[in-house]
Amino acid sequence: MTLLAVRGLCKTFGGVVAARDVSFEVALGELLALIGPNGAGKTTTFNMVGGQLAPDAGAVVLHSQEITDLAPREKFRRGIGRTFQIAQTFLSMTVAENVQMALISCAGETRAMASDARRLHREEALEILAPVGMAHAADRPCSTLAYGDVKRVELAIALASRPKLLLMDEPTAGMAPRERAALMELAASIARERRIGVLFTEHDMSAVFAHADRILVLVRGEIVAAGSPDEVRANPRVKEVYLGETGVAAAERARRAPP
Amino acid sequence: MTERPILEVEGLAAFYGQAQVLFDVALVLRRGEVTALMGRNGAGKTTTLKAIMGLVSARARKLEFAGHSIAGLTSFRIARRGLGFVPEDRRIFTDLTVFENLEVGRRPAPGGAEPWTPERLFAIFPNLAEMRGRRASEMSGGEQQMLTIARTLMGNPKAVLLDEPSEGLAPVIVELMARAVNAMKAQGVAVLLCEQNLAFASGVSDRAYIVDRGHIRHEGSIAALSADEALRDAYLSV
Amino acid sequence: MDLSFLVVQFLSGLASASSLFIISSGLTIVFGVTRIVNFAHGSLYMLGAYFAATLIPRLLDLSYGAPSFWAGVILSALAVGVLGVVMEVLLLRRIYRAPELFQLLATFGVVLVVQDVVLQAFGPQDILGPRAPGLRAPVEIMGRRFPSYELVLIAAGPVVLGLLWLLLHKTRFGVLVRAATQDREMVGALGVNQALLFTGTLFLGAFLAGLGGALQIPKAPATARMDLDIIAETFVVTVIGGMGSIPGAFLASLLIGQLQAFGILIFPKITLVLVFLLMALVLVVRPYGLLGRPEAPAGAHAAAFGTPLRPWSSTEKGIALVVLAALLALPLLGDVYLIKVATEILIFGLFAFSLHFLIGTGGLVSFGHAAYFGLGAYGAALALKHFGVPMELALPLAPIAAALGATLFGFFIVRLSGIYLAMLTLAAAQILYAVAFQWVEVTGGDNGLVGVWPAPWASTRLVYYYFTLAFAAAAVLGLRHVIYAPFGYTLRAARDSELRADAVGIDVRRHRWLAFILAGAVAGLAGGLYVFLKGSIDPSALSIPVSVDALTMLLLGGLQTVMGPLVGAAVLHSLKDQIMPLTELWRMMLGLSIIAMVLLFPKGLVGAFEAARERFAGGGR
Repeated sequence: MTLLAVRGLCKTFGGVVAARDVSFEVALGELLALIGPNGAGKTTTFNMVGGQLAPDAGAVVLHSQEITDLAPREKFRRGIGRTFQIAQTFLSMTVAENVQMALISCAGETRAMASDARRLHREEALEILAPVGMAHAADRPCSTLAYGDVKRVELAIALASRPKLLLMDEPTAGMAPRERAALMELAASIARERRIGVLFTEHDMSAVFAHADRILVLVRGEIVAAGSPDEVRANPRVKEVYLGETGVAAAERARRAPP
Repeated sequence: MTERPILEVEGLAAFYGQAQVLFDVALVLRRGEVTALMGRNGAGKTTTLKAIMGLVSARARKLEFAGHSIAGLTSFRIARRGLGFVPEDRRIFTDLTVFENLEVGRRPAPGGAEPWTPERLFAIFPNLAEMRGRRASEMSGGEQQMLTIARTLMGNPKAVLLDEPSEGLAPVIVELMARAVNAMKAQGVAVLLCEQNLAFASGVSDRAYIVDRGHIRHEGSIAALSADEALRDAYLSV
Repeated sequence: MDLSFLVVQFLSGLASASSLFIISSGLTIVFGVTRIVNFAHGSLYMLGAYFAATLIPRLLDLSYGAPSFWAGVILSALAVGVLGVVMEVLLLRRIYRAPELFQLLATFGVVLVVQDVVLQAFGPQDILGPRAPGLRAPVEIMGRRFPSYELVLIAAGPVVLGLLWLLLHKTRFGVLVRAATQDREMVGALGVNQALLFTGTLFLGAFLAGLGGALQIPKAPATARMDLDIIAETFVVTVIGGMGSIPGAFLASLLIGQLQAFGILIFPKITLVLVFLLMALVLVVRPYGLLGRPEAPAGAHAAAFGTPLRPWSSTEKGIALVVLAALLALPLLGDVYLIKVATEILIFGLFAFSLHFLIGTGGLVSFGHAAYFGLGAYGAALALKHFGVPMELALPLAPIAAALGATLFGFFIVRLSGIYLAMLTLAAAQILYAVAFQWVEVTGGDNGLVGVWPAPWASTRLVYYYFTLAFAAAAVLGLRHVIYAPFGYTLRAARDSELRADAVGIDVRRHRWLAFILAGAVAGLAGGLYVFLKGSIDPSALSIPVSVDALTMLLLGGLQTVMGPLVGAAVLHSLKDQIMPLTELWRMMLGLSIIAMVLLFPKGLVGAFEAARERFAGGGR
């Protein structure tokens, strides 16, 4: 079933086309990867879906409702969670408080002045932190965590609203090598288990070909190929403009084990 | 006779906030040589250059340029020692004209050497000559890339850190970039070249390093790298 | 109103636009390159005026003629330029990477120092400067007399604009300045010594400020108040024009010059309100000014990366109880003067605490918080004086009046961030200051409102002390509670990461607006308590120094600590009370202390104490 439908998105920055007629769909529980060289328009597309950028033309439809021009905060309320290329967390709070903050926002309690925020939704926050493996660090200040753990906390924040769609912009960027595979594994397993649709960009082809159900290849703002990892791997155009001989070989190695 | 390399780096580590992005990087750039630093996007190439240039917080066991330590120096002192930097994102002064951009980069040449002048640079980049009075904001990406190299050469550097000059450019412009790198080499300027494009790098470089996830993974001649498919697959495939 | 009148009005608008542009261009050039908003720019302007007013008569004694006059103007400006260099070398280059709050405070420290230096060097009297030889007789324009000197001023603006253009486009220094305005780091990576470039820029900026001051001398005397009067206008010009844009400053000066020249015909009392409206309008449509461009996200935020809030430990609860008990028992000492000082400390502590809520929790660095203190004070005083409302009703009106003002100003203010926000808050406070000053019928003007005494039952020092203590303690504990409540957490979330806050559904702007109103209301309560303590109120309660006092209290107490501002208020106010009567150089001492604190002690007293304690406790988490 179609969760997200993106139709004909266009965006131009001062004469430079960053996205041209970008259209795709994401189904429930599906992981869709957006790949392409630097400057291909991945982040632009991403920000148009997330609401950080307004498209010049085109539509973003979530669950048959058009949400094109909504602000990120409104898209969040419609069920879109997101992580950023450089992890965005609340550094002056503890790990649990980061998640509690998202839950407070979900519950519409952000203007409450009487209750004690540290006690609100704490149990639920711990439940959300458990699957990302951060429950044990619930009371540590977020500013003292290793970057890999900050990324996990960010994932937990994004999951706090029980989103239907998760946007992950380069989820493994800036992480130590060992942590990358683990984080990608974690995100993918949570998404499949909870039937969350995931749209992600990534430069690490082993992460892409190991976890994506489908792949979109963006070059100079345009989709040049879309399909299953096998199709994209075999696509001569993609090989020519992006993957190259060697990229195909890497993609071959990262072939996902059959479920 | 083995002359000391112009640039020697050992044990270089760099951080963005809490994220460590370089781990124990070691490399040398020999005089008059073009050395490629290859790797995927996000592998740590740009950070390596910025760390050498004093533009990101980093620490190193050894960071020597032309026989003197440049660790902890501000970037302008490093530049004045004769190390030029051409950033990946070009960072042209868009409010300034082509000529003014070159003026910002101008530094006296070390004794004896024939200094780079706008005219000599226009000979390498003919497009720039035609638009010397034009504001840089009105230039195409390829023209801006030429300007950023020319601007750095105006400082008469002994060595240049050149970050992805071929990225996002049309093939004809990429050829011009290759000519520029060769012109630098002919002038005796050593070049540390960050690249993803193996075809471009192998056309201009003598040696190559591969950096992946913040570590140096391989060192060797560029010919050997071009021939080693396993190596390319492991570290250079996108 | 005939045509000739309009023409003359237009010309005088052009003349003031010229002066304004010359001064503002200096501020905007310095900001463009160094990213520091130099609060002391007005002080440099004032020094230019004083130098010219004392130097030119001596030169005219030597040889009576126009060349002496103009040589005096240039020499004065050059001297100010040299002072700008001194300021850069001694202070500014140490704070280029500091949070902008600290930069503003440190340069305000210079303002205070210069004020006392000027008083010492030139005396408290206004100094009337000589008029320019050859330009003393008015000229006739369409049958009306017009000062011929102003014609020279009208020309001076475009001439300076032209010379600046030449300097910036035809010299290597100018090219480097323009390049650095765009990308300082890249200029450094190309081998340009930024320190020298910055020093040169400060010379140029200070020279222009001094030139503006010296050119002003035939029109108006040099006075010790002209520094803060001009700085607010200069801020407005640079904000409207776009920070760092010289043509923008020119355009904005022209707009403001004409707005003032003709605004005075329509709303004689409130031309400054028109100026504010123009600024608000421009900023809503173009948040970075007419010709400005978006700022890269600001670097360090003063209060960022605080540690998580934790509840009071039993020790801290104990300390709080002891402090409260001590405050309750204080009158037992029987010292009436002490009770008065303690009452003042409570009031300023409350005021500082409300500002701390805004800055520390909300991340909104306000430089004009006195506006809401003053609004509260005036609100209560006006209700009592004009409508005969008793204290019991007038006091609650104080926070309400302040909250209404904060609602209006906050609507615009929360649309901005960083330095634009700080400057808009300051401008808002200056507008209110001007209104209180000019609207004599209602506010009593300079004299203010007197005879604002509490109800008879609360009129003794002792009762009023307890009265104040009750309100202050309740308000502080209440606001502290809000910091720990979801609303406070939401504000901190938005401060830590606006991107993340937005992505978890928080309407950042709306919450900041609410925070601004809440902080304004509490400041207004402090103002209300203040007016009944003093029995009077005058425009100085709304002035920049009051805003800066509160900021200094925060700095003393430390920005990262919840109760720090109360400590800061106690320390600063006691010092003021003890030292001010003993010395004529109080402002200089305060200014130097602010500078020293910014340089040596950026975490404040309480912050330093907590850091020491953590070190003492060892590495445990």
